[in-house]
Amino acid sequence: MAIEQDEIEKIAELARIRIDADHIGDVTRRITDILHMVDQLQAADTRDVEPMANPLDATQPLRADEVTESNRREAFQAIAPAVENGLYLVPKVIE
Amino acid sequence: MHQISVAQLAKGLRDKQFSSTELTRHFLDRIASLDSRYNSYITVSESAAMAAAEAADRQLAAGDAAALTGIPIAHKDIFCTDGLRTSCGSRMLDNFVPPYDATVIQRFKRDGAVLLGKTNMDEFAMGSSNESSFYGPATNPWDRERVPGGSSGGSAAAVAARLAPAATGTDTGGSIRQPAAFCGITGLKPTYGRVSRLGMIAFASSLDQAGPMARSAQDCALLLNTMAGHDPLDSTSAAVATEDYTAALDNSLEGLRIGLPREYFGEGLDAATGAAVDAALKELTAQGARLVEISLPHSHLTVPAYYVIAPAEASTNLSRFDGVRYGHRCEDPVDLHDLYTRTREEGFGDEVKRRILVGTYALSAGYYDAYYKKAQQVRRLIKQDFLDCFEQVDVIAGPTTPGPAFRLGEKSDDPIAMYLEDVYTLAVNLAGLPGMSVPAGFVRGTPVGLQLIGRHFDESRLLNIAHRYQQVTDWHVQEPPEIAEGAA
Amino acid sequence: MQWETVIGLEVHLQLATRSKIFSGSPTTFGAEPNTQASAVDLAMPGMLPVLNEQAVRYAVMFGLGIGAEIGKRSIFDRKNYFYPDLPKGYQISQFQDPIVGRGRFEVQLEDGSTREIGITRAHLEEDAGKSLHEDFHGMSGIDLNRAGTPLLEIVTEPDLRSAAEAVAYLKALHSLVTYLGISDGNMAEGSMRCDINISLRPSGSEAYGTRAEIKNVNSFRFVEKAIRHEVERQADILEDGGTVAQETRLYDADLDETRPMRSKEVANDYRYFPEPDLLPVVIADDYIEAIRESLPELPTDKRHRFMEQYGLSAYDANVLSDTRPLADYFEAVVAGCGDAKIAANWVQVELLGQLNRNELDIEHSPVSADALGGLIVRILDNSISGKIAKQVFEAMWQGEGSADEVIEAKGLKQVSDSGALETMVDEVIANNSAQVEQYLAADEARRKKLVGFFVGQVMKLSKGQANPQMVNELLAKKLV
Repeated sequence: MAIEQDEIEKIAELARIRIDADHIGDVTRRITDILHMVDQLQAADTRDVEPMANPLDATQPLRADEVTESNRREAFQAIAPAVENGLYLVPKVIE
Repeated sequence: MHQISVAQLAKGLRDKQFSSTELTRHFLDRIASLDSRYNSYITVSESAAMAAAEAADRQLAAGDAAALTGIPIAHKDIFCTDGLRTSCGSRMLDNFVPPYDATVIQRFKRDGAVLLGKTNMDEFAMGSSNESSFYGPATNPWDRERVPGGSSGGSAAAVAARLAPAATGTDTGGSIRQPAAFCGITGLKPTYGRVSRLGMIAFASSLDQAGPMARSAQDCALLLNTMAGHDPLDSTSAAVATEDYTAALDNSLEGLRIGLPREYFGEGLDAATGAAVDAALKELTAQGARLVEISLPHSHLTVPAYYVIAPAEASTNLSRFDGVRYGHRCEDPVDLHDLYTRTREEGFGDEVKRRILVGTYALSAGYYDAYYKKAQQVRRLIKQDFLDCFEQVDVIAGPTTPGPAFRLGEKSDDPIAMYLEDVYTLAVNLAGLPGMSVPAGFVRGTPVGLQLIGRHFDESRLLNIAHRYQQVTDWHVQEPPEIAEGAA
Repeated sequence: MQWETVIGLEVHLQLATRSKIFSGSPTTFGAEPNTQASAVDLAMPGMLPVLNEQAVRYAVMFGLGIGAEIGKRSIFDRKNYFYPDLPKGYQISQFQDPIVGRGRFEVQLEDGSTREIGITRAHLEEDAGKSLHEDFHGMSGIDLNRAGTPLLEIVTEPDLRSAAEAVAYLKALHSLVTYLGISDGNMAEGSMRCDINISLRPSGSEAYGTRAEIKNVNSFRFVEKAIRHEVERQADILEDGGTVAQETRLYDADLDETRPMRSKEVANDYRYFPEPDLLPVVIADDYIEAIRESLPELPTDKRHRFMEQYGLSAYDANVLSDTRPLADYFEAVVAGCGDAKIAANWVQVELLGQLNRNELDIEHSPVSADALGGLIVRILDNSISGKIAKQVFEAMWQGEGSADEVIEAKGLKQVSDSGALETMVDEVIANNSAQVEQYLAADEARRKKLVGFFVGQVMKLSKGQANPQMVNELLAKKLV
């Protein structure tokens, strides 16, 4: 499947990755190649085949409703780029 | 001390031939003097390693040593280590020092192992050559012009260069087996869910699996004893009982049925590599195994299915790297959008970005059915192929890779050529099976591997076959020439 | 043109688990920022979710409570979008295979009539953190304590036709979930938040109009106001021949208006896919049956029973079955006094009145159900009049003891001793000869009015304790 440059721009926006104008053509080409390779899938006959999300036919284990975590804010925020008053700081959020 | 196996080191420590402090010092010195050639470590944990070695010596003296007490181990830099930088080979996590240990790391600590350092890897484990590492590629100790394989290339190079007695790796599409093959060591990717993924930085959640990388099957078994087991904090961890993986090592191969998938010996396989694999199979038949030709009819769809599923999962697993709570953050973001897009532009390398984009595309509205759903259906067909074959055979064998290690830079500009390097290893991950690479000889001076694929949770049998093979061959004990010379 | 309002609601209900849905962090409200955010909640690298059984149980309880099909094999999906209060860059939710399927829900309206509201589905998901907008040098602060709190998102069919119906539905839902004990229902703390989908269509039309979604409204009153405003806004646009934009809006309670949400302008592509860190949740039949067995009587059933068993009006039955503690209280009062009508009256008027004035809930009532029953017994056995009873209740509220203790201590026992009453009646007749003459001269109709004067005088003389019925009888006998 061919992919247009503006589609790559849309995808990059969804993925929140900035791509330089200089690179976008190159990125588009390479992704087109990959999608082309991947398109071999379309030839497969998958009628009535249940998609497989996980390699084992296991089911979800359930955890007892118990509090097992204690406050480790100091350790976690010691590695944070920007914190104040116990809050993570980000550029202003507009709703 | 760097020339002997983990099993022998454990015996030496117990017999007081040397202390863990001496052993650890020895490896740290080797790393300091030799690793500039191989770039196999990203971070060396010198002071903590020495402290752990001293503690291990006290335990040994007290006579309450565990299986790996005092043995230095290198860990792929994908396992979070409390207080020790865990980069995942990425600029994004160049400054990331986790305040917690991965379950795998906890288990090695519990069993007394000494953490030597963190090994080089392709960025976020995405690659087959180690060239996508932010820290530069590790090199192949057999030929430094060549790649060590990837993504666990640093672990493979470190073990091959005798800069660690053994190491851990992770394998999402061949990332343990392919570098093990390229570097002439033994590597095991266990059944999906056999080893906890908690604290192991996720690439593709339904494919990722950690395993041991060592010189011999016996050492892999020792490490797997430590690594394997149910983890209630990983929902996908298997609640299947573990076993002593060394127990069956010496079992006879008499009557063993080995399946040879037609599709793994055809076009694309380097002739000399194929010959090495054939020779290895002969050794196994000499021990009573029987070869059975089989077919995995959906093999041609493995690479396309994998390159939808892995990037799709990766694209969202990597969304958490947003510059807010840890890791890289761009300078002076003007707004929230700028914070996200610039942090991620700067923090991720080209291959990672490419896979995020492919995965985002495959999951996006209008393409989900054609790509993601289709790939998941094909995945089931691929798994079914294996289950059908395991009705007739006990184990499947073939080459680990299409050929020996390629040159640095040879494929780094051609993603698809790079992806095809994993053509024989990807299916094992899609099906969740255990797979192993065993040194099987040399092609033009560099190693190649024999791949063994087992039924779910049949690691013991793979280790058994590999061990029996290693009893009658010496590929796995050979050292890269410059290492052997250095030792002499 | 006449417009019909079409409303569908999505309620995000916080489940009352002790720990989060996918981690062992506490869910307590109001903790210091980020002190209840574990490595899992912060999406630290390598961290993985494990599902809380209690959240599953609560979802199943809800499903059974609305008679819905329980998803025997439900799947968690990732809903992908970037937002600073969403640490993983995706929310773990359920998309294709929710844990609760279609159900129905009976709602009683103000006028006592009932409506069936269709529930499309309910699914489990994790809550996000909070962005705090007070200024940190032009930055926002992120608190992730709430991240990972279990939510049940309950989605209705577009079955609601007015703000009043929407509020009635929400009140009934609130009643149900607190009955089940699956949520504290505390709207002020955000335990129940509502997204409102509204569209208008010409009356009689089948096709739906374009809808706007109002996000995150968190009180009954605001829901009502937000809907009224939005209906007006859309009607104005349509009347002017315009078209309503499909968009997400915010209700601003301060300005009492809705406005478009800027952050949601870009159409999102959530890229739902099965969460590979979690496996299919398989719910066994015996698990469901055990929960069904343990379910309490639900508000709708209780309401119907109150009407049948106690002969209450639909309105009274609805009020008294609103919460489990209130219903239990009412039934205890009935058990204590044996008269459901009077009990209903006292609980609704005197008790709820006092509780409201003092901002107390029923569980903190200073007058217990037994005590109130004891008071009503004294009304029924004519020990005190209804009027005196209010005085006694007041004293009981102040902690002055049981009804009998208060009556005894204050000497409020009704005088029913005919001798004592006769003396008082005679005294009143003797002291008011002018009025007696007037009375005797009057016709039957007028006499009925004038007798009130004598009754009042006797009551005054008895400090209100005279049995009014006996006084009337005595007066009738003596005033001849």
